[in-house]
Amino acid sequence: MIEVINLHKHFGAKVAVDGVSFTVKKGEVLGFLGPNGAGKSTTMRMVTGFMPPTLGSVRIGGADIETNEIEAKAKIGYLPEAAPLYSDMTVEAFLRFAAEMRRVPAAEIDAAVERVIETTFLDPVRHQSIDTLSKGYRHRTCFAQSIIHDPEVLILDEPTDGLDPNQKHEIRQLIHRMGKTKAIIFSTHILEEVEAACTRAIIIDRGRIIADGTPEELKAKASNAGTVYLKASGSAGEAIKEWLERLASTASVEVLESSDDEIIARVKPKKGKSNDLSSEVYTLCREKNLNVHELRVEEGRLDILFREITKSDSDK
Amino acid sequence: MKALITLLLQFAVPTAIIAAVFVGIVFFVLPREVRTIFKRELRSYFTSPIAYVLFVVFLGISNALSFFFTGVLEGGEADLFLPYFQYLPWYLILIAPAVGMRLWSEEQRLGTMELMLTMPLAPWHAILGKYLAAAVVLFTMLLLSFPIVWTINFLGEPDNGVIMSGFVATFFVALCFLAVTSFVSAMTRSQLVALLISVAVCLVLWLGGLPHISEMLMNLKGAWLIAWPLLKLINAVGVMPHFTELAKGVLGLRDIIFFLTFIAFCLFATSTAIRLKRA
Repeated sequence: MIEVINLHKHFGAKVAVDGVSFTVKKGEVLGFLGPNGAGKSTTMRMVTGFMPPTLGSVRIGGADIETNEIEAKAKIGYLPEAAPLYSDMTVEAFLRFAAEMRRVPAAEIDAAVERVIETTFLDPVRHQSIDTLSKGYRHRTCFAQSIIHDPEVLILDEPTDGLDPNQKHEIRQLIHRMGKTKAIIFSTHILEEVEAACTRAIIIDRGRIIADGTPEELKAKASNAGTVYLKASGSAGEAIKEWLERLASTASVEVLESSDDEIIARVKPKKGKSNDLSSEVYTLCREKNLNVHELRVEEGRLDILFREITKSDSDK
Repeated sequence: MKALITLLLQFAVPTAIIAAVFVGIVFFVLPREVRTIFKRELRSYFTSPIAYVLFVVFLGISNALSFFFTGVLEGGEADLFLPYFQYLPWYLILIAPAVGMRLWSEEQRLGTMELMLTMPLAPWHAILGKYLAAAVVLFTMLLLSFPIVWTINFLGEPDNGVIMSGFVATFFVALCFLAVTSFVSAMTRSQLVALLISVAVCLVLWLGGLPHISEMLMNLKGAWLIAWPLLKLINAVGVMPHFTELAKGVLGLRDIIFFLTFIAFCLFATSTAIRLKRA
């Protein structure tokens, strides 16, 4: 549905986007992550056809955004980062305007406006002038215009920005639901959102893609993935630590607490040995007759991966 | 009373024909996108105070000044052309940019340009839709100056054909100034900057066509070798000679083509300015 091929954007000498390529199929929700200024919004502006790329191309459902502009744009719903709106209109009048512009047939405009007002909870303010709305309502009004024509492709630049936790939850659910029938790209810097709504995520830094995969795959890349957390008693902490270090799959042992009778430790596996490590620790505890209070394999965390890969790059 | 009805018929019929042709073009010839933007812009002019304030200012200035300073009353001859229409374009130098200053600068300030340009429409749809809405505002404004025509007719027996062509010529000048403003407003997000620059450009366009200035420019030829081509250009695009011809009642094809070309060029320049803004 969305094909992005080798996209570059230069602003004078500054390179904002430096060779980004990816595809999003129908039924996929792609989370777009990255630090501020990484090139997320610039990439989205090129994908939606607002900004011409310096190099590279974008195809929406087979139509090139530059040479077949109108056909490609007709398939897209877009929520820009700042959620811009015509402040002199009422919510309902604005949505009607958007519906007409987005080529909703005249007979279906009423139904389309009702549908989006309901899905984005705008009913209380529908007759209100836009310049009197709070930030959350403004954001949802702009979100509403992006889905008014039931587009095949949805591009959302920070869709949950400015919403309260309940609204954030609703919007995530909505994205997740719509993702089954559409191709969706959304950018965010809230990592839990990626896990809640995305089927795939891309991390972008300094205009380049530095990680690409399902949330699970990405989490597995975090340095804490596969670390075994152990709380056990029945022997001196020092001794247990030594045994743990001697295990075949252990890379290192981090002791959190240690006493004469107990240890709390995190055991890091050697590369690719995380599955073996947990069973080795378990066997060790049984052989040494230790009382195991807690034994679990830590799941990788996106925030840790995010910090690791975006930081190491900027340190250079 | 009978005189008023005759007068209304004299003006209302051609005005209604122009309006009908315009409505026909907007609703049956132009694409739906242009129409949607046109309707939105027009509504936005009339739901905010801008249009009304400008109407009052324009009518106030044009009526007051033409009566008090141009001596239409002392003239004895009820010829509306000289005192009234000669000064009308001067007010339009200020009024037309004031109507058009928000066209694109407001769009940039609110960020809605990003929304509009990612919708499935060609940029010229938006440029034309907005331009036409502002043109309707200016048209309405000229329409509202009808009472002065009535007054002149009350006082004497002017040639209403000449008055009609005076209005047509004035409207063309207003459209030119508006097109310039459309271009300037595409280059800045500040309405004030758009207004000031547009007024300056319109002033140059208008003065460039003044007979004394034309003569002065010609005499400068020897000394200003470098500046001369530029001055000559300003002289060539000066709208005044074309206005004068049209207002005299000579419906010259040459002048109308000049105005239409000028407007088309400015609207094309607007699209270029928008394209450069996006990149």
